[in-house]
Amino acid sequence: MLLINCPYCGERDQSEFTNGGEAHVARPKDPDQVNDREWSEYVFVRANPKGIYYERWVHTHGCKKWFNAIRDTSTDEILKIYKIGETPPLIKRFKNTLRSPSGEPDVGSGNFTVKKP
Amino acid sequence: MKKKYSIFNIVKNAFSNNENWKKMWRNPEPRKFYDIVIVGGGGHGLGTAYYLAKEHGLKNIAVVEKGWLGGGNTGRNTTIIRSNYLWDESAHLYEHSLKLWENLSTELNYNVMFSQRGVLNLAHNEHDIKEIKRRVSANKLNGIDSYWADTKQIKKLVPIMNTENCRYPVLGASYQPRAGTARHDAVAWGYAMRADELGVDIIQNCEVKKIRTKNGKVYGIETTKGIIRAKRVGVVASGHTTVLAETAGIKLPLQSKPLQALVSEPIKPVINTVVMSNAVHAYVSQSDKGELVIGAGTDGYNSFTQRGGYNTIEDTLRAIIELYPIFGKMKMLRQWGGIVDICPDASPIISKCEIEGLYFNCGWGTGGFKATPGSANLFAHTIAKDKPHSINAPFNLERFVSGRLVDEHGAAAVAH
Ligand SMILES: Cc1cc2nc3c(=O)[nH]c(=O)nc-3n(C[C@H](O)[C@H](O)[C@H](O)COP(=O)(O)OP(=O)(O)OC[C@H]3O[C@@H](n4cnc5c(N)ncnc54)[C@H](O)[C@@H]3O)c2cc1C
Ligand SMILES: [Zn+2]
Repeated sequence: MLLINCPYCGERDQSEFTNGGEAHVARPKDPDQVNDREWSEYVFVRANPKGIYYERWVHTHGCKKWFNAIRDTSTDEILKIYKIGETPPLIKRFKNTLRSPSGEPDVGSGNFTVKKP
Repeated sequence: MKKKYSIFNIVKNAFSNNENWKKMWRNPEPRKFYDIVIVGGGGHGLGTAYYLAKEHGLKNIAVVEKGWLGGGNTGRNTTIIRSNYLWDESAHLYEHSLKLWENLSTELNYNVMFSQRGVLNLAHNEHDIKEIKRRVSANKLNGIDSYWADTKQIKKLVPIMNTENCRYPVLGASYQPRAGTARHDAVAWGYAMRADELGVDIIQNCEVKKIRTKNGKVYGIETTKGIIRAKRVGVVASGHTTVLAETAGIKLPLQSKPLQALVSEPIKPVINTVVMSNAVHAYVSQSDKGELVIGAGTDGYNSFTQRGGYNTIEDTLRAIIELYPIFGKMKMLRQWGGIVDICPDASPIISKCEIEGLYFNCGWGTGGFKATPGSANLFAHTIAKDKPHSINAPFNLERFVSGRLVDEHGAAAVAH
């Protein structure tokens, strides 16, 4: 279970939070100009990286505020937490020091992915 | 088909302390080139290779697996098999699979321990009752054995269930007698053995790092054992499908989440059917060893850790104990997670894509074990003919653009 550092309340148990999926997904500015394929991407396709992932959380059973987090989905390590409206911090150099909790070997895990947001 | 397993062989091998059984499959080094490469050695991938060789007479096929066979969700699931899905498209797909299950041990001459012990899907409120009755009627129109069972009938099937003195009383259920369970490993091993016999190279401990394309056509794969060229590549990598698709520049509408299961200490037989409940997020069956096999809903965030959080287990066990107070003092022995690939409409994708020669079989999410033979069979057809079979045609990628979704959240969201 994750320990999440709410920027307003401090560290709390994950069960107090609800995940809100990928962060920084922008609604198309000019909906009339968007074709079906582009709409499909906006509606259905979300990033799903094994590695660095920018996501949203809401402190449902606490302050009820939304915020963003950067988490490594191959280990669940939370690397950064920042407020809504702040520029997403860039994770520049990142070496995954944790092993995958399931004990996946390095080969056969893809546990290296660092991608530019 | 060579019959490796018979009563005579068992007796014969008993005399040599069972040390001389032949290996079930070879362990070849990859060749430089294959006509068809299947990425992912789970049940769906191994089955696909088997049907490609068996039903379509194709040769020069490889299955490439990063770990060991069945080490993904095939070996991590709670093995519930049923076909009582709501929409026609899904009913045809899962029923096609269920029919193949009914003959699979014979077809492979390998015991997959398919046990048609029936499945109950419980209703706990007025809305559940309406939804389930509607699904039962839809199932009947599709020729699927599906019945409405009232509380009395449920009590008769599962006497240990607490139907009344709980927060969410049991008001009825759908019942599919032909549904049941099977042995997950055996499915992977059975397909692997027979595919190998038909000349398929099964390559383990070989991770695919990149799918190579050239001018809109598939060219081959880069692996930890070097580059393998291939005319056609079928990706069947469950939770890791998006990671692979991305290397070919393809975006898929999938999210990978942990799904957990746990087993208890073994006890004498107390429950001889499968009971699932979407409303309270819990389902249970009893293995032949006597362990309770218990499953949960997915954890609420994307992850590849194959672990999941304790709060999810707690929620599930809370519901289990409400429904079966008799389990209250039992000890749980093991817990694990698998990474499931969830599609926005809770239906799978068995489809071609914009790259020629590249095929995807994914999005099975929390409920693809039951589909193993059917999915493999249809995916083989899709790859061999370069066009979908009429059963899997609705499960294409284009549906997310056209809007023709197959929304199975009601039948599949929690239920497996
Ligand atoms: C806890 C749990 C309970 C479940 N319960 C049920 C149930 O009761 N009933 C039901 O019908 N379904 C259930 N499911 C879902 C079911 O397990 C899956 O839908 C099904 O097994 C998927 O089979 P597959 O062959 O497609 O995938 P997998 O068995 O996951 O196989 C994919 C393979 O691809 C390999 N792979 C991944 N990336 C690469 C790469 N880069 N290179 C090479 N190989 C790669 C993996 O190692 C893996 O072996 C459950 C799942 C879980 C996790
Ligand atoms: Zn807070």
